[in-house]
Amino acid sequence: MHLLFAFAIAIVAGCSLYLILSRHIVRILLGVTMLSAAINLVIFLSGRIVTNVPAVIRAGESSLSADAANPLPQALVLTAIVIGFSLTAFFAALALQTYRSLGSVDTRHIDAAERLGSPFPAAKDRP
Amino acid sequence: MTAFLTLHAPLWPVLLPIFGAGLATCLWKQRRAQRLVTGLCITLLLAASLLLLAAVYQQGILAIRFGGWNAPFGVVFVADALSAAMVAITGILAAAVMTFGLADIRRREEQAGFYPLMLGMLAGVNGAFLTGDIFNLYVWFEVMLITAMGLLSIGRNRARLDATVRYAVLNLFSTLLFLTGVALLYGATGTLNMADLARVLPETEPSINLTLSALLLLCGFGIKAGYFPLFFWLPASYHTASITVSAIFAGLLTKVGVYACFRVFTLIFSVEDSGIREIVAVLAAGTMLFGVFGAAVQWDVRRILSFHIVSQIGYMLLGLAISTQAALAGAIFYIIHHIIVKANLFLLAGAIHRASGTFDLRKSGGLMYRNPLLAALFLVPALSLAGLPPLSGFWAKFLVIDATFRAGEHWLAGLALFVGLLTLYSMSKIWMEAFWKKPVLPRAEARRVPRPMLLAIASLGALTLVIGFMPQPLILFSQTAAAALLDPSAYLSAVLPANPILEARP
Repeated sequence: MHLLFAFAIAIVAGCSLYLILSRHIVRILLGVTMLSAAINLVIFLSGRIVTNVPAVIRAGESSLSADAANPLPQALVLTAIVIGFSLTAFFAALALQTYRSLGSVDTRHIDAAERLGSPFPAAKDRP
Repeated sequence: MTAFLTLHAPLWPVLLPIFGAGLATCLWKQRRAQRLVTGLCITLLLAASLLLLAAVYQQGILAIRFGGWNAPFGVVFVADALSAAMVAITGILAAAVMTFGLADIRRREEQAGFYPLMLGMLAGVNGAFLTGDIFNLYVWFEVMLITAMGLLSIGRNRARLDATVRYAVLNLFSTLLFLTGVALLYGATGTLNMADLARVLPETEPSINLTLSALLLLCGFGIKAGYFPLFFWLPASYHTASITVSAIFAGLLTKVGVYACFRVFTLIFSVEDSGIREIVAVLAAGTMLFGVFGAAVQWDVRRILSFHIVSQIGYMLLGLAISTQAALAGAIFYIIHHIIVKANLFLLAGAIHRASGTFDLRKSGGLMYRNPLLAALFLVPALSLAGLPPLSGFWAKFLVIDATFRAGEHWLAGLALFVGLLTLYSMSKIWMEAFWKKPVLPRAEARRVPRPMLLAIASLGALTLVIGFMPQPLILFSQTAAAALLDPSAYLSAVLPANPILEARP
């Protein structure tokens, strides 16, 4: 069962790496989002996925029952999702602003920073 | 009152900037009030970080448990000698750079939220230095990342957007690698507290998960810190931000990556017996060499300095690769010296820009005759970076290279010496072009450099001179810090309770 999960995560991570290697900023954004989803699954898997009672302390007891699920990976994944969401939102806004200012989302056409003080001619002047 | 302040000393360097950032955000429309809050907050931060240093110096390692949970379960903040030194240097640097910022920050940047972002970033940096929990370290990395991206893109001109895209993609990727490493580590050991990890790992049987986790952490921190061959985002982005931002990035952000590497590869994993030493040695050699080569062809002062950040990171990594007490002490000395000198050089680049109107060395010149004070102020950090005695860089390089020779790694030591020579070449290039040669564009007078800029540059330069002429206290301090890194028993006993509950493993 773990092997199946591992393969599924590997497929998601592979697709996201392919997207990150793209030249299109929006595809890179999608790739990063997918990769953070894949890594959240890795955290889940490393906390052992088994069918267990939910990690809730029953009324009148003071500790978790012994067969309860491990609540820590869930807390970690929740934190990672929140952080990933905020970073994705920022990156989407950045992509939009880049498109508005530079008129392109193709990384080949974005070299304004690279040209400062460079001894080489700009990309568009090169043969 | 004093007892209360000292008891919670590791808390203030993080709480103060968070609180200041919140307050500055509430005062969004009032720029003057924001400036006042930030000034006050940075002053208090400097005081708090020096208080922490003093407290750690007197009482040894301080640990704070949050929410009353004991160590393996709750998040802890730990301040040992290394953390306290890093926090103190952060406070000093923040004060100097924000003084410079008085004359450098534009109204548009203030209106776009410069102050809350800057304070938020300082909170992230200090949090990363102080936390004793590896997942918490990830959270502070993300706090640092998102505020740094905000600061980079704040001007919204074309070059900055380009830089932010490059910075964002690679740094997001690095934190994801780091998170994967943490997940695998948790899967193998069932704990996230760094002290608890140090206790549990020797008893855990070696597995592919642990190896993979160590390598992922090395890669994740490596992208952050700018190791060869992962440093390409750094010279592509640091030179576009405003000088105040560039200086604090150059001083602090990559060093957080180096710090995390030092912490993880002394406390949790060991460099010694795992084959990691060879990898780190090759990385260190490549980082030193390619950083300095990259600088040689550039003409923008800020880009030259950005490539030099990479090159200097190699020396710190060299300390980790050797991993004897002398080498680690040298590397810690190197980090402290480098933060001061590199930030100062970026500030000087800003002053050169102010005086001559350009960052491009081909177009500037003649500052030697027009502004001799600036020329003198440039020489101190430039010669210190190149490692000329009696400045702080000489002692830093001497300690690291001497330890490398003693460990018998002659080729690494030789390479480090050679890179020092090339660094001198780069610094003399800036000197020749910006200060010595006749001005290219005819302009009667160099423009005046504002007082706050000169004050910030002079105070950091004075610090370099003080370390250079009196290195003994700092060397002794680095040796104590290095000894504590190599023998973590004091760290463990400060963090973990006397009789931990051992059954709580998944």
